[in-house]
Order: sequence, then structure tokens, then C-alpha cells
Amino acid sequence: MADGTVLVPPRILELRQNILKKNDLLARDLRQRFAEAGVYVLNLVSGPGAGKTRLLQRTLTELAPEFHMATLVGDLATQNDARRLQESGTTVRQIETGTLCHLEAEMVASYVQDWNLAEIDLLFIENVGNLVCPSSYDLGEDGRVVLFSTTDGEDKPLKYPTLINSADLAIISKLDLAEAAEFDHAAMHRALREMRPDIKILELSAKTGEGLEAWYSHLRSSIEAKKEASHVSGNPR
Amino acid sequence: MHELSVASDLLELVQAELKGQEVQVESIHLKLGVLAGVVKEALEFSFEVVTQRTELAGAKLLIEDVPLGIYCLNCKAEKVLEGVQSLRCPECGQLSGDIRQGKELELVTLAVRDLERQEVYG
Ligand SMILES: Nc1nc2c(ncn2[C@@H]2O[C@H](COP(=O)(O)OP(=O)(O)OP(=O)(O)O)[C@@H](O)[C@H]2O)c(=O)[nH]1
Ligand SMILES: [Mg+2]
Ligand SMILES: [Zn+2]
Repeated sequence: MADGTVLVPPRILELRQNILKKNDLLARDLRQRFAEAGVYVLNLVSGPGAGKTRLLQRTLTELAPEFHMATLVGDLATQNDARRLQESGTTVRQIETGTLCHLEAEMVASYVQDWNLAEIDLLFIENVGNLVCPSSYDLGEDGRVVLFSTTDGEDKPLKYPTLINSADLAIISKLDLAEAAEFDHAAMHRALREMRPDIKILELSAKTGEGLEAWYSHLRSSIEAKKEASHVSGNPR
Repeated sequence: MHELSVASDLLELVQAELKGQEVQVESIHLKLGVLAGVVKEALEFSFEVVTQRTELAGAKLLIEDVPLGIYCLNCKAEKVLEGVQSLRCPECGQLSGDIRQGKELELVTLAVRDLERQEVYG
């Protein structure tokens, strides 16, 4: 420059931080609270209409004699899903997200705030019906369940690799419609395993009840393991 | 479209980092994994929207794409993959669940200028 000043290069600040750090930290706190209380928490994710609510309706009703269950259900608008789930007689809260296409840890924290978690064995979180956005947000859950219905097409998993890769269990729903939809079971399993080799897969129908026993026994053993772990860490003998 | 949420989280993160410092942000360097579930163009656009009328308006967003990388047990080596449809080793075809890169959604560095110093020398 004419007056002899040299432009100083900018100062570089090394940060190396996850952009969703705030959510991750809140999720970690939640996970800690759930662990201390011995609540087993599942985050259910799928595209709109894959059958999350109907599966939960039936599960809440049929397992009510065995467990104390609670549900948070996220939707952009309406209380419809909560109303359907409340017919089971269990505790249900609707989270209306407005324009937000996913649930965040902060919402879960504020909605469970006044619950006595120690009384709950199993908490379901039905996420907003969306195959993309929920995958980036940890809600402090123990397991993430992704649902695909037999009418969604067996190549769906290939289109949503991020979600598949973040899931622990895949449920293929509406098994009663498989034949009509000419659903290719093997192709679906293959597509899922390409992005998540160890994923557990269950096929079921919330309408006919086919396959539900395997789902229930998965829940039973998971709840038991969670309780066991919380006793071990809670009261060291 | 959760890129808008991501962009506001990014804005908050940068603002918190720079709290109390008299600096102007020139650029923001991010790492974005192909499996992060975030669309680059949507993030760029959202960032412009959320930084309007803030001290970060006009800061450049430099996004580095990170491809998927796995560790292949068969080859005993890390391998970089081309797409996001499969976790198979490109060399031997073995499936691997051991992801080593590609999930990043990371704020790496900020390039800033000290406002005072500029006044002194400027
Ligand atoms: N035939 C059949 N229909 C089902 C089954 N499960 C769900 N459905 C139907 O599929 C439609 C959508 O089911 P929901 O349970 O509301 O789906 P959802 O995933 O909760 O939907 P969103 O919350 O809007 O994303 C409803 O009409 C259900 O009755 C099933 O196993 N068999
Ligand atoms: Mg629903
Ligand atoms: Zn290999």
C-alpha cells in the first residue's frame, strides 16, 4: 500500500467443535437422567405415515399390564397422534414443533421435566415424520428405531443413508400389505445392511399382530437390561 | 430442511466463542461429512439468512466436504469410499461398520481480524 502499511493476515482461531454441540450436551444430560432412573428410551423415526403411531397404540395397550410406559410424540401441528395414543390409558404428551422438522434434546428435556422418571420403565419418543432431519439430533435415547413400510419400496434405505446409519433397529411395518405391494424382503434387508451391517431387523404388522411378539420380547429384554444397569451403578453393593 | 437450525446453532456457537473480543470474522471453516445429513447449498443459504444484520454478516463460509471413510478389517487399512450407498471396501468388497470419517458437522477454524489493531496500523 502507498503509505507502507502491510495488510496483516487474519488470525486463525482453532475451534474444532461439533456444530450441534449444544444439542449433544443436552442429550448427554438426558441420557444420564434416564440412566439413573432406569428408563429405557426409544426414538422412533420414519417418513410420514410409515406406521409409528399405530404400532405404538397397539404396543402401549398390549404391554400396559407389564410396564409403566410414557410417550412423547412430535408433529408439526395437531394433537391427533397424542389423542390416538392416549386411548391406551398411558401417559402421552404431544410436542407441536411448528415449523421444525425434527425433535431436539431441549424439547424432550422440557417435556419430561415434571415427570417422575423413576416410575417409568419405557419411554417412547415418536419423532416428526421425516427421513432426513431427525437423524442429526441425539435425544438421549438408548436406541433409535427406523420404520419402513412394505409399501414404501425396498430401495428407500439407499435414499436415506444417514438415517439408516444412525439406527439400531429397523422395523419393516405393514407386513399385511407386503404381498399386494410385491414387497421384496431380501432386497430390503440387503439395502439396510449395506449402510448398517449390524442392524437388527424386525418385520411386523400392527394391524394383524404378526411379528409383534419379537418386538415385545426385544422391548422386554432391553427394559430388563436397562434396569439391571441402573441398579448396578445406582446402589453399589 | 433442518439446515436453518444448524445455521443458527453455528451462529450461536461463533458468537459465544468470540464473546467480549473486538474482532471481525473474515471466514468460517467447516467440515461437512457426506453422512452428516446436511445439504451444503441449503446450509450456505441458511447461514446467509441467519447472519443478516448480525456482526457475522458477510463472513465467508468455507465448507470442506469429507467423503466416507471406513476401516476394512480384511485389508487392515482405512479406505475412502466414493458414494454413500454402501459401506463396502472398494478394494476387497468386505462390509465394514467401522466408520472413520464422513459424519463431521464441525466448526474447524475462524479467521478473524482484530478491530483495534487495524485502527492503529490502518
Ligand atoms: N394395513 C396396515 N395399515 C397400517 C399399519 N400400520 C399403520 N397403518 C396405517 O397407515 C397409516 C399411517 O399410520 P400412522 O401410524 O399414523 O403413521 P405414522 O408413522 O405415525 O405417521 P406420521 O406420524 O404422520 O408420520 C394409517 O392409516 C394406519 O392405519 C399396518 O400394519 N397395516
Ligand atoms: Mg404418527
Ligand atoms: Zn478391504
